[in-house]
Parts: sequence; C-alpha cells; structure tokens
Amino acid sequence: MKNTSLLGKMISHREWLLGAIIVLMLMGVGYIAPFFVTPGNLAEAFDDTSILIMLACAQMLVILTRCIDLSVASNIALTGMCVALFNVAYPDTPALVTLILSIGIGIVLGAFNGILVWLVGIPSIVVTLGTMSVYRGFVFLISGGEWVNAHEMTPQFLALPRATFLDLTVLSWIAIAVTLALFVFTRFTKTGLSIFAVGGNPKAAVYSGINVGKYQFITFCISGAVAGMCGYLWVSRYAVAYVEVAVAFELQVVAACVIGGISIAGGIGTIWGAALGAIFLGLIKNALPVIGISPFWQLAISGLVIVLAVIINSRSEKCGGRRILREAHQ
Amino acid sequence: MNRPVLELRNISKTFPGVKALDSVELQLYPGQVTALIGENGAGKSTLVKVLTGIYAPDGGEILIDDAPVTMQAATDAKRHGISAIHQEAVMFDELTVTENIFINNQNRNIFGLLDWKLMRKRAKTLLEYLDVNVDPNIPLRELSVAHKHLVSFAAALSVSSSIVIMDEPTASLSHHEIQELYRLVRRLRDEGKAILFISHKFDEIFEICDRYTVFRDGQFVGSGGIADVTQDDLVAMMVGRTVSQIYPKEQTTIGDTVMSVKGLSHPSEFADIDFDLRKGEILGFYGLVGAGRSEVMQALFGLTPTSSGSMELNGKPFKPRTPGDAVDQGLVYVPEDRQHQGAILTLPIFQNITLPQLGGLSRSGFIDMAREYDVAREYATRLQLKASSLSENVENLSGGNQQKVVIGKWLATNPNVIIVDEPTKGIDIGSKAAVHKFMGELVAQGLSVIMVSSELPEVMGMADRVIVMHEGRIAARFERDDMTAEAIVTAATGA
Ligand SMILES: Nc1ncnc2c1ncn2[C@@H]1O[C@H](COP(=O)(O)OP(=O)(O)OP(=O)(O)O)[C@@H](O)[C@H]1O
Ligand SMILES: [Mg+2]
Repeated sequence: MKNTSLLGKMISHREWLLGAIIVLMLMGVGYIAPFFVTPGNLAEAFDDTSILIMLACAQMLVILTRCIDLSVASNIALTGMCVALFNVAYPDTPALVTLILSIGIGIVLGAFNGILVWLVGIPSIVVTLGTMSVYRGFVFLISGGEWVNAHEMTPQFLALPRATFLDLTVLSWIAIAVTLALFVFTRFTKTGLSIFAVGGNPKAAVYSGINVGKYQFITFCISGAVAGMCGYLWVSRYAVAYVEVAVAFELQVVAACVIGGISIAGGIGTIWGAALGAIFLGLIKNALPVIGISPFWQLAISGLVIVLAVIINSRSEKCGGRRILREAHQ
Repeated sequence: MNRPVLELRNISKTFPGVKALDSVELQLYPGQVTALIGENGAGKSTLVKVLTGIYAPDGGEILIDDAPVTMQAATDAKRHGISAIHQEAVMFDELTVTENIFINNQNRNIFGLLDWKLMRKRAKTLLEYLDVNVDPNIPLRELSVAHKHLVSFAAALSVSSSIVIMDEPTASLSHHEIQELYRLVRRLRDEGKAILFISHKFDEIFEICDRYTVFRDGQFVGSGGIADVTQDDLVAMMVGRTVSQIYPKEQTTIGDTVMSVKGLSHPSEFADIDFDLRKGEILGFYGLVGAGRSEVMQALFGLTPTSSGSMELNGKPFKPRTPGDAVDQGLVYVPEDRQHQGAILTLPIFQNITLPQLGGLSRSGFIDMAREYDVAREYATRLQLKASSLSENVENLSGGNQQKVVIGKWLATNPNVIIVDEPTKGIDIGSKAAVHKFMGELVAQGLSVIMVSSELPEVMGMADRVIVMHEGRIAARFERDDMTAEAIVTAATGA
C-alpha cells in the first residue's frame, strides 16, 4: 500500500510542483499573449530575472544555517557605486577586472556581517538590518549623493552583461553558471554538507566536529560575493549608479527562497528550489503587464503566493512516515 | 597487564551549582570492554563529552598512549582515534542516512568532490554489517528512534578508531538488536579496540564487559575486573547503600473494560489492532524495534490519523483528533523520544511537570506558583529526581533525570488511562524500582496502564497481559499465567 498520493509527492518535491506551476503559467500567458512565449522574449525575461536568481541561491545558503542576510540590496548599491566610481577614475580597467573587484568588495561586506554573527555572536537579523542601513549610508558618503550616469561609464564597463552568446546575454550565462556552481557546492563538497548540518541541528553539528559559527560566516561571505558581483552587473545593466539602487530588493530575494521551499527554520532547501522561486517571481513581474494586470496586483499576487508557499512548507514538513506494513508485505 | 590506551587523571568539570566530575580517573585497555556504572546524574555522560572535546574539563589530564593530549573540539577526538555514540540522538533529521553516517569523514573522488556513490555503497555495507534493514537514501526523520540509534552506530564505525565509547547504547533497542549489538561489541573488542560501555542494565554488563569503573555523584569510587565482583557489590558502590532493586508486582483487582479498540488500522504503519483494556490493569506491548507499537500508541493519543477501526473509552466512542482531545478524556501518553516529544528542554523542571495541568493550577488566569511548586516537588520526590533545584532547566539534567521529568509531567495530570512508551529507558536501577512501584500504585488506585517496553524482564514482571506485535500487526497475546520468555520472543520475531 502506498500512502503518497500524486499531490503528496508533488508537495514533498517542491521543485517539481513549482516547475509545473511555472509551465502552466507560461502556457496560460502564452494563450492570451502568444508573443510572450517566443524564445526572444523568454530570453529577455530570463535576463531580467538573472540577478534575482543568483541572489536567491546565495541567500538560500545563509537561510540554511538559520541566519538571514538582509544587507544584500545595500551591498549591491555600495559595490555598484564603488565600481562605477572606479570606472570613472580608471576608465581603462578591463571589464573582467571590474567584475573581480566587485566580487572582492562584496566578500568584504559579507565577511563583516559574518564576523559579527560568528565571533561577536549577534543574531544575523540584527546585524544585517544594521549593515543594510550602514552600507546604504556609505553609498551616499562616497558619491556625495550624486548619480553616476551612462555617459560617464566606459563602453567596456557597460558591454559585459549585455553581450550575447548563443542567444542569451552574458548576464544570463553568469546566472546559470552561478546556479550550477552553487548546486555542486551544496551537493558535492564537505562545506556544502556542513552548511545543511549546521542549520538542521546545530547541537548535533557541534558533536560532529562542525563549527557552527564558521559555516555561518562562510555563507555570509558567499552571499556577499554574489551580491557584490550583482552590484556591478546591476549598475552596468541599468547604466546608472545612485543611492537608491535596488532598494528593498532583499525582500524579493527572501521571498524567492520561501516560495522555493527553503525552510526559514534552517536545514531544508535546494538550489533548484531557490532558483525556481526566483524565476516564478520574475515571471509574475514580466507576464502580468503583458496580460494587462496592474503592477499593484503584482504585489498582492506575490504576497499571496508567499503565504501559500509558507502553508505548503509547513504541510510538507508534516508528511512522511515509516511504512512498516509495506516493508512487511514485500 | 598491558598499558592502557587511554588514561584520565583527576578530571573535573563543574557546572553552575553542580560538580559533575570531581577529579575522576579512568583507564581503557585495548581489547577490553570497560563498563562505566553510576546512578542517573553520576557524571557518566559528562565524562563522555569531556573525552570527545565537547566540554573542556576544568582540570586534569587526558593521556593517549601515555602522551598528554588536549581536546578542543569534536574533530580532535576523531584525530586521536576516539569515536562515540552519544546518549542523546545527535543526528540530522533532514539529511539522509548516508549523509548522517559520513557527516564528518567523507570520501572524495578525483575532482575533490564528494563521492556519494562510494559513500552510499559503504553505508549499505556498514548497515548490513550491523544487520540494520534501512534504505541509506531516505531522510533520517523517517526512521524510528531505535533505527536512528543504529544509524549513529554506523556513523561511529565509519571512522577508524582505536577507542569506541557507547553511552547507553541499548536503551532504545529490543532483544534482537541487543544481541546484534553484543556481537558487534565483541567483534570490536577482538579487533583490539578499547571500548567504554555505559549502561544501567547489569545483565549486559556481566555479559560483555571485562572491567568496570564506578562513579558516584561525580566521584570515582572504584574499578577492577568484572569477574571479581557481584551485582550487589556494584550496586553498593554505585549508591553507597543497599537498595531494593526489584519491585515485586502487587496483586490488584482487575475490573471492567475501560477502553476497547477494534480493527484499528493505518494505511502504512499498522493493521487490525484489537484489544480491551480493563480497570486496574497493566497491559504490556512487546515487539521488536519497528514493530509499530509506538505508531499504534500515537494513534490512540490522536497524533496519527487512522484509516479504519473504532475505539471506546469509558463506554463512549473515542475519536481523538488531537492530543488535546485525548487528554481531555483522560488518556495520556508518555512518548519514547523524550528529548523531542516529551519535555520543553529550555523550561525549568517545575514548569515542565505542571504544563499539562496549568488550567487546574491557575486562579482567574494567574498561575498559582506555590501550588505549581508543590505538585512538582511531590512527583520529583516520588520519582527520585536528582537535580540541583526544581528551577533548573530540563536541558541541564542528566539523560535519566530528563526521563523522570517527562513521566512526572503526565502522571501529575491524574489521567484514567496512561500509555507509557519505554518507561524505564535510561533509568538507573534504584529509580527503576521506584518507577515500577509508582506504576503499581497507579493501578491499585484504579488507573489502567498500557506499557510499551522492549525489556523482557520488565514486561514479564509488570504486565497482567501482554500483546506482542510483529510488523504492524498483533502476533500473539499472553495472559500473565501463560507467559514465557521464549514464547514472547518467538512471537515477536514472527517465527
Ligand atoms: N550542560 C549542563 N549544565 C548544567 N548541569 C549539567 C549539564 N550537563 C550535565 N549537568 C549536570 O551534571 C550532572 C551529571 O550529568 P551526566 O549527564 O553526566 O549524568 P549521567 O551519569 O550521564 O546520568 P544518566 O545515567 O542519567 O545519563 C547532573 O547533575 C546534571 O544535572
Ligand atoms: Mg548519561
């Protein structure tokens, strides 16, 4: 006897459920507005969602360890402004160097969060609420509140994310690469496994010789690195850097994780879930205007979906049993 | 005699208000099994935690092969060849069995990535070696307490170590698994490993241990060869006085049926469960680990929905949908997994004991603390709870004392049917008699008790009738007069 219905299975394999919903939505939108599902338009929508995907995957790692990183959007703004000003000062810098520089700055900002959580022992929500304002304040300090506009940026600086390769933008390819890399990291490295252990049962982690704080620190560094890189990509893609870049974007990132089935209590989640959660939000954002639904509905719909996701999460955690009888029947 | 591989000298460890270890010593020899014996709270598990780098001792020396070492973290213990099976389950419910086994020593492939294929194969081999029939790919949360425990053995065996520590390894196992464990211990011993074996059960201490060390209240009392002592000697060393070790069953008058269960089934865990429970009776449930006993009890308590069948309690239809319904109708359940299901570890003892009956202890919405304390004190005394005070958090109690808190918590609600799952698991010999005596008093007052136990002597000693389960079904029923150990064990194995 099998106790898992199809629905039960779908709920316990969140990624499939989410994937199916996304396909259904695409079909629905495609029915009303066929041009939306043309390859070119889909590639554009994916490009628009790339940054959210990367940030959601990195945020997932932080959430797995029972922490949260609310400073990612401010990290984007600060790193973006740094590299934009750097580009103004040293226009000859190759784009790749700028990219590496942005990752470096991002890591430093992430590590600062991580140190406060690990060595000072402040709860991550407090730390990153603080640095969220601090980092955004720094953007104002280093820029004096001025904008860096497109005409001040060099063509090299602007070209990187937009260049296309096999019909997808480099930005899209970077998102795919980061997602794959983080997948391998979570499934096939000791650090990745330890991150799940830390969030799943911190006490047992200590008994297994896993330093809880150290792994929390590592996830903050990764989250910072990805956010820093996204800082450059964002500023370059939108061709402008200013204080309010990506304001409140961290909420979308966390929402993508929740929709993707990442447990806020830690220890449960997959990279695919986070990525699909981000794609789902990206789809809503890109598809609703096409079928003539106002942006205000977008907010309400995203909100509803998040509540629904939380309900499904708590349901699926209750599923599962041991199936003594089935064993016996075999 | 050969040199000890591990020697502890003057190890001390103090917690606020308790001297858990007071300059104790211990020697472990290669190829020998050393029993560590002591009452609940004597400091045994604390010593294990010192030895595995989880607690830093306040003072003293740890020598491995005559060289002093320091343990800063669990990784140091691993480096020095010490592996341990801890008393409380310290595992990861959301990770798979394989991931749990290899959590701190993974295999990698040529790219430096984790080689799950190899690890799954090794996990399978290890589980087969331990004779545990679980799928290495499923999440740990789907396993029973006992199977989780067996997986933790596999984890301890996955690292090559010269010293193996087992803190009450048989507490959640039944007859068959215990025999397997003995086999394992002997095999490890024959491979020349030094084994520290912590247990409250004297039959197993005499069966597989070569040496003993006794602690009392955090102090070293004595050690020597097991062949030179009797059980009475050891008990006298443990408690420093003589105790009644066995509580004889009182004859009670058994009355009318209070609860009847007919055809109770669950889609995947158990089927066709029929039984009656009478007033003043102790009904024993015996079976191998994973036979589905706890699942049935959880269904009676409204924790697990059932697919068919009916129940009556006190002549009225009984269909609990939540544990709250069951408690309201006078049925309570003391779960087996006390760490997760039984106690709120971060609350003090007295609040844990009075939690289910706060309604009765409050006046116009405010809790009457003085009465709360009185109730808690009464049960703590009756169960011989050892704690520095009743406001100590349950988290800080020794394993056995945590159990007593949970038992006290449910008994204090004055139920009319009480289900106890492994009531004396991890409880020392003196307190065990106290728990048995207490159960005897309860039935004498007209309560009915369902007792799930994997300990044959306990079942045979306490139960008026025994139901044996095998693979989710009732395999046999015995009246007190026709129970024999062989018949019960045979029925449990499905033979
Ligand atoms: N983290 C802690 N904080 C405070 N007190 C503690 C802590 N851990 C243990 N203790 C106390 O130290 C004493 C020894 O506890 P320990 O767990 O070593 O006992 P034990 O011998 O293993 O008992 P049992 O047979 O019940 O498992 C107990 O009085 C306990 O309350
Ligand atoms: Mg103990």
